[in-house]
Amino acid sequence: MAVTIEIPTAFRRFTDGTPKLDCNAATIAEALNILTAQFPGLSRHVRDDDGQIRQFLNVYLNEEDIRFLGGEDCAVKEGDKVLLVPSIAGGTDS
Amino acid sequence: MPEIYQLRCRECGKSWGNAPRSFCEECFSPLEISYDYAALKSIASKDKLAARSFNMWRYAEFLPLPDGFEFPNAVGGTPLVPSQHLAKKWGLRNLYFKNDAVCFPSLSFKDRVVATALAAARRFGFQTVGCSSTGNLANAVAAQSAQQGFDACVFIPADLEPAKILNTAVYGARIVRINGNYDHVNRLCAQIADRFQWGLVNVNLRPYYSEGSKTHGFEIAEQLGWRLPDNVVVPMAGGSLITKIAKAFRELVALRWVEEKPVKFFGAQATGCSPISSAVKRGLARFEPQKPETIARSLAIGNPADGPFAIKLIRESGGWAEDVSDREIVKSIQLLAETEGIFAETAGGVTTGVAGKLVREGRIRSDETTVVCITGNGLKTTDAIVADYPATEAIAPKLEAFEAYLDGQLAAVKA
Repeated sequence: MAVTIEIPTAFRRFTDGTPKLDCNAATIAEALNILTAQFPGLSRHVRDDDGQIRQFLNVYLNEEDIRFLGGEDCAVKEGDKVLLVPSIAGGTDS
Repeated sequence: MPEIYQLRCRECGKSWGNAPRSFCEECFSPLEISYDYAALKSIASKDKLAARSFNMWRYAEFLPLPDGFEFPNAVGGTPLVPSQHLAKKWGLRNLYFKNDAVCFPSLSFKDRVVATALAAARRFGFQTVGCSSTGNLANAVAAQSAQQGFDACVFIPADLEPAKILNTAVYGARIVRINGNYDHVNRLCAQIADRFQWGLVNVNLRPYYSEGSKTHGFEIAEQLGWRLPDNVVVPMAGGSLITKIAKAFRELVALRWVEEKPVKFFGAQATGCSPISSAVKRGLARFEPQKPETIARSLAIGNPADGPFAIKLIRESGGWAEDVSDREIVKSIQLLAETEGIFAETAGGVTTGVAGKLVREGRIRSDETTVVCITGNGLKTTDAIVADYPATEAIAPKLEAFEAYLDGQLAAVKA
């Protein structure tokens, strides 16, 4: 299925300024894998050492947080938009 | 004098100086304000502090304020109320309510965070400031922007309590209502901050903003006679306040202004929006986001940005997290008002209800010093309790009418 991944400004340093990527994928996981295969510099910012989507990165399928859709295995359909938004936390030095 | 604070990534440790940014562009983890504590120790003193008025600016050295900052107005400096009646009811000897229901200028603890955020906004040259808000933050941004001459534009869920919308509109702020919950609003604001050059206090100014929360903790310690409590019960929405109270305590220990001691941090949520308390109770390191369904709108954040930090802090401190139902929230608002004379908003009902639950569970003991944090004023959320107070029948301004009324009341009591 042709889906569009929208890339936030802060990530574009790793995508040569590319703001979005159209790709053919059946699931969110596949779409993210295509993204990081195309722009390897993004890999460690999308997934942690355990291969999980990083804690401070929120991924949305159209309007919905993918955690409400069963996670990254959820299916995507033609024309879907995948949105990556860094989570904004205050942080502590503990 | 070089500044003694700057942004630092909490994951990779990279320093970023001072700029309107909230996450590390190397590793995309959240940024925090980090201080040179040796330098802080050399410039801060209790004597200096004692000569200042009792408001949040007395802790200026501990805040990320620019050189030459002129303190705009008195924010914070709220009472720490020793509990009489509720303490007795719960069997506690040392119970206190930190009452930010009377925080100025807009009657919630959000005045503290906006105060430090606007100092940063001024420094970075923003004229337009804004926020995503569940209500209290919008009130605070609108009020302080009016006072300091910023243009304010706030983003709120469309179905917010009317009082909270009015309390923002009255200051002349532009209000953008969003069809969605707070998490939708917050996501939009992250995109707006990405696109426009606006100072969004809880987005690109967030590291500066959240430092303001520390003053709630500094005041608690000072009001206890420069001592730390044994327990703190804190309402959790995004999960930032609880971590910043902990940071405040750590800083006071680092400067040896208070004696080091273990403090247990207890987090309070509404059952209808309890991603953090659920994770703590289930022993999870990562929370699962929720769709909020609660009258405690100011805590209705289903995807709490500081959730992971709050969970870690609660667990490591030996504390706990609990949540209460909407009915318990209403009952607890009433209980706090009837026993202590404090009219808290729904979040205060959550904190009070959870505190009672923790006492019943034996997690808070009678000989310990416990502080319950009240963060907003009940006048903002009257719609949550109005149904419990139907209008009574009016009587004529005549003594006979009052006597008849009394007879009627007595008869009703006997029946």
